[in-house]
Amino acid sequence: MALEATIPEKKDALVKSNASHAVVTKLPTGIGGFDEITDGGIPRHRTTLVTGGPGSGKTVFALQSLVYGASGKGEAGMFVAFEESTAQIVANAGTFGWDINALRRKKKLFFLDARLAPETVRAGEFDLTGMLGILEAKASEIGAKQIVFDGIDVLLSLLDDPALERRELYRIRDWLSRTGLTGVITQKAGADPDQEGGELNADTQRYNHLQFMVDCVVILRHKVVNGTAFRTLRVMKYRGSGFSGDEFPITVGADGMLLTHRGPQELRYRVSDERVSTGLNRLDHMLRGGFHRGSNVLISGAPGTAKSTLSGLFAEAACKRGERTLYVSFDEGADQIVRNLLSVGVDLAPHLKSGLLEMYSTRTRGPNIEDQFGDLRARVRAHDPQCLVIDPLSALSTKLSHLASADATQQFLDFLKTQGITVVNTSLMDGLSTDEATATGISTIADTWIHLSYLVQDGERNRALTIVKSRGTGHSNQVRELTLSDKGVTLTDVFVAQGKVLMGVARWEWEQAAQTAKGRTDAATDLKRLHLELSQAEAVARLQVVQTEIEARAAEIELLAMETGSASRLLVTGQATMRKLRHADDEGAITVPQLVSPPMRAGKKRRNGVAS
Amino acid sequence: MTAKPKKKVKLKLRLYVAGNAANSVQAIANVRAICEEHFDAEQVEIVDLLEFPARGLVDGIIVTPTLIRLFPRPVQKIIGNLSDTSKVILALSFK
Repeated sequence: MALEATIPEKKDALVKSNASHAVVTKLPTGIGGFDEITDGGIPRHRTTLVTGGPGSGKTVFALQSLVYGASGKGEAGMFVAFEESTAQIVANAGTFGWDINALRRKKKLFFLDARLAPETVRAGEFDLTGMLGILEAKASEIGAKQIVFDGIDVLLSLLDDPALERRELYRIRDWLSRTGLTGVITQKAGADPDQEGGELNADTQRYNHLQFMVDCVVILRHKVVNGTAFRTLRVMKYRGSGFSGDEFPITVGADGMLLTHRGPQELRYRVSDERVSTGLNRLDHMLRGGFHRGSNVLISGAPGTAKSTLSGLFAEAACKRGERTLYVSFDEGADQIVRNLLSVGVDLAPHLKSGLLEMYSTRTRGPNIEDQFGDLRARVRAHDPQCLVIDPLSALSTKLSHLASADATQQFLDFLKTQGITVVNTSLMDGLSTDEATATGISTIADTWIHLSYLVQDGERNRALTIVKSRGTGHSNQVRELTLSDKGVTLTDVFVAQGKVLMGVARWEWEQAAQTAKGRTDAATDLKRLHLELSQAEAVARLQVVQTEIEARAAEIELLAMETGSASRLLVTGQATMRKLRHADDEGAITVPQLVSPPMRAGKKRRNGVAS
Repeated sequence: MTAKPKKKVKLKLRLYVAGNAANSVQAIANVRAICEEHFDAEQVEIVDLLEFPARGLVDGIIVTPTLIRLFPRPVQKIIGNLSDTSKVILALSFK
């Protein structure tokens, strides 16, 4: 019964959706990331509402979608501007490298300046029928597929009647539906009062029905968290399509709008077994051959612990292998870095000259971390390096304690990973407290983490190097002392004595003491060996005596045997001889042949054999 | 030399409408009534944007109805169905 009841309903729903464009087809916007989270872009032949506060990027969103369609696929579009002049929009688009005027000349884009002159007098109700008539004629003339109504609230607010405003919006929607154009309506959401979840404030309540009316709602926000501005995008609604409803950070950079985060993605990048030298032989050994190519290396440490030096070594080694390298510094100018590195025997100048190495020194630019990473992305794309140094990465994030910074950092590092770039980041950190590294999420994304610290002992300050972790490679767990001189950088074993790590002079003293002690031990050992050798010799000698004695005894025994044998032989021979001498009687003649019978001879022979 | 201004000012007007939309139909009636009573309109041209959309572009028409005073200068634009008569008279008399 229950089944029967549901089936007709489903059928009904199907018929309905068939009636109004069965499957939602999509129009790509060309906004990196947006087309992915919506599985193709905005809905074709339907209306999308883009709402947001001032400066949140509504116009950029709409315009980018138009330009993408017009220049990419040659699908003409129209832009109805209620707020800005066409000239202003064209100029703004120029900063994204979009040549609007060229597209207008090719009749791929049509701009309608729909601002009412300020001196216009309003006397009674009006509607948009005439404008839609004009637009419809223009649309069929240029074959437009897409239309943007930018800032329509400016015009509609003149009606000063929510019911009339709603009527006009419905008029636009119905018109879009009739003409089959893909529509984007942007609408102001007032200044975002930074309330979580409060996407629309009272100011915009009157346009709330818009969100119910349209098929897709995109919310843009420009918010300030802990003094840092960042922009986000969220798809709130998408009829007939799956979408990711999360809030995504966006950047508005040289190429327009870009979602810097595309949601929880599968971590997928090529991994390499190839090793890349760290530029320091012993460090390579400690890492069993160097960093993995394409991996992410974090060098953390207090100020002056030679983080930059290690970065420089890595860069130099990369250039010597003939690999393109980019060195980004937020601390020092390029010239200063080159000079300082030269003082420890690292010469970057020739590589700079050959163009293999590019150094980019900058100050952290503005508080918007997304823009910062956008800038770095552009640099990376331009130089196309195989190895990258960011010194220090923490400069980008120390000001920020918000998650967005960690998110942005991780996104950027993930981006580098997908490009297969081996990255050495440095991070300013006192002590091995993991707080800061965790805050920026570097500690988890770093494949290899080398920590540099100072050890203050006996009035000295010495540098110590530890490998905190190294994914996928065995590595030494030992602390090494890092020494810098004009001959270069060296890593030395450190000694642990009485529970203390010894470095510098303390290490040297310990080494000396250890050497002396070793000398003493060696002498004692030698003496003992001599003693033992003596005893051994004695034992061998004793063994010889015993051996000789055994031989003597054996000889004596033989002698004894021989003597016994000859005595018995004498006895037998003696009897025979005696008989012969007697010239035996009969009895004797008979017995003589018996005596020389074969058994007797044999017995004789055997006895002889034994004796000899 | 100059004649004393007549009671009725001579005007040259153009009214943009959209088919027989309610506001447009009302505006046509209103403009005729106002002119008859207060002005000496030599000419009220009525343009239907649904028929001649290109003309709307020339005059920068956004909404309908829109009444344009072409003469005397300066050009005046009045939007709406012209039901607010006093506003319309004021705007048309503006010098």
